[in-house]
Amino acid sequence: METGITLDSYLIVSAVLFTLGVVGVITRRNAIVILMSIEMMLNAANLSLVALSAYMGDITGQIFVFFVMTVAAAEVAVGLAIVLALFRNKQTIYVDDVNILKW
Amino acid sequence: MTGDLYSALPIVLMSSASIIGLLVDVFTPGRTKGMFGWTIFSLLMMMGAAVLTFGAEGTAFSNMLTVGGYATYFDVLFGVGALMSIVAARPMLQRHGYEYKEYYSLTLFAVAGMMLMAHANHLLIAFIGIEIMSISFYVMSGFFRSNTFSVESSLKYFLLGAFATGFLVYGIALIYGSVGSMSYTDMYTVAMESEITLKNLYWVGIGMLLVGLSFKVAAFPFHVWVPDVYTGAPTVVTAFMSTAGKAAAFSVLIPVVAVVLPEIETMERIQMLIAVIAAMSMLYGNIGAISQTNVKRMLAYSSVAHAGYLLMGVAVGTDAGQQAVMYYLTAYMFMQVGAFVVAAIVESKPGEDCTLEDYKGLSKRNPGLAACMAVFMLSLTGIPFLVGFFGKYYIFKAAIEADMIWLTIVGVVASVISVYFYLGLIVKMYFQDREDEVPAALPGGIANLTLIVTVVGVLVLGFFLDYSVLPTITF
Repeated sequence: METGITLDSYLIVSAVLFTLGVVGVITRRNAIVILMSIEMMLNAANLSLVALSAYMGDITGQIFVFFVMTVAAAEVAVGLAIVLALFRNKQTIYVDDVNILKW
Repeated sequence: MTGDLYSALPIVLMSSASIIGLLVDVFTPGRTKGMFGWTIFSLLMMMGAAVLTFGAEGTAFSNMLTVGGYATYFDVLFGVGALMSIVAARPMLQRHGYEYKEYYSLTLFAVAGMMLMAHANHLLIAFIGIEIMSISFYVMSGFFRSNTFSVESSLKYFLLGAFATGFLVYGIALIYGSVGSMSYTDMYTVAMESEITLKNLYWVGIGMLLVGLSFKVAAFPFHVWVPDVYTGAPTVVTAFMSTAGKAAAFSVLIPVVAVVLPEIETMERIQMLIAVIAAMSMLYGNIGAISQTNVKRMLAYSSVAHAGYLLMGVAVGTDAGQQAVMYYLTAYMFMQVGAFVVAAIVESKPGEDCTLEDYKGLSKRNPGLAACMAVFMLSLTGIPFLVGFFGKYYIFKAAIEADMIWLTIVGVVASVISVYFYLGLIVKMYFQDREDEVPAALPGGIANLTLIVTVVGVLVLGFFLDYSVLPTITF
């Protein structure tokens, strides 16, 4: 069945998602939103990996995605804990307020 | 299978030891001595296994791991770094009232991650190793959890580190798409036979992978986190992550660059890119360090500069370049851990007594400490015949042999600039006095042991370690 969705479509969506993630990290100031943007970057890469894996008929890409998801989960767990520690110390999660270390 | 288990013994031991460490924690409630002992014991066991499997060069587990030679050399290096920093960390964490057993667990996990990075023969393993190490470091840098400096540095490190991970994964995806495999061996074969069809995709992928790795080695322009994180994190943690962490990142960078270089068009682009990053790091790090008033921050900037010298060896791309990088990493391990441990002993409260003013008259308060710091500073500058001099010498020599004259000149100029601030600290310690009330010298405890080891290492290593016998990685 011809669906009209080619490998290119997947790669373009993935590139757009990745760019959105990068823009989010650079422009947003809330630590939680930055964390979500980073997740988007990782998921953009996952989409590419799965699409390429299916296209080439090679399983490595799909296995890699499992590992990326696991790592992302671990990273979020640690990240939220750090944000929590920050909130306890400074009562804020906006990265603009986190600026005592400057020259 | 059994053969694989034997040849990958250091990794098997270290991973098991770090998980068993969580149980040791349960069986010794309330006391940290058991966990401290277990950490030392397992690191020594791992180093023993690494020495044992040094000769078993090859790959294991269906080409996923490199074993023996190159990888085991790095295993021993990480082990030495972790041992030195753990011994120094115990009295320092006790002083600040933060000696929790998790610190030792995290160190073990970080070392296990670093070893996976050095042993990787597949981008998947390299990625997992990088993440295990980085996540441990995010937690360790926020270890003084009610200290604002520490938590802030942890947040910055985490956000920027995770951002860099995004680039790393996307780069791996693109390389996978253009090469069809993530194995170093396959990547090398494809590059060797120039069979890459989607060249642009391939280059963008390698570029993104380099962005991710440059972040981990703290090279310009991905260094912005370095000064803040190294200053805010507990000093003993900085000692560990700025040396062993950097060595681990280079242990991935060297093989990755080695597998992409055989393809001539890629070589021209990548070599130039790395050379430019190296030159900028050296200049930026050393010029930035001049205006610093905080010793930890100054050392952080100098760490960016040292990443530049090391990248110079990577850019060269020859066996001599690889060996010079490994030699320099060994030298750097001793000088930098030593310098940060001195800073940790001087520090009375987290984040205090770190400015250059506080180091005035240190030679009178604590002559031993000042003498050690002077040795480390001279070695970081590259004064003959300390180990730092040999490190720089071999790197410059490899670069000249590969006709990278301009890069060598930049390196020498950067080294000359660095004399100003390294010797500036020595002048402060020896020839100036504090006008305000002088605080009493603080005891170092067993951290002094680390200082003795590092000083001896800096003084004699240059004469005993022959860089031309260091193992290189080939495919």
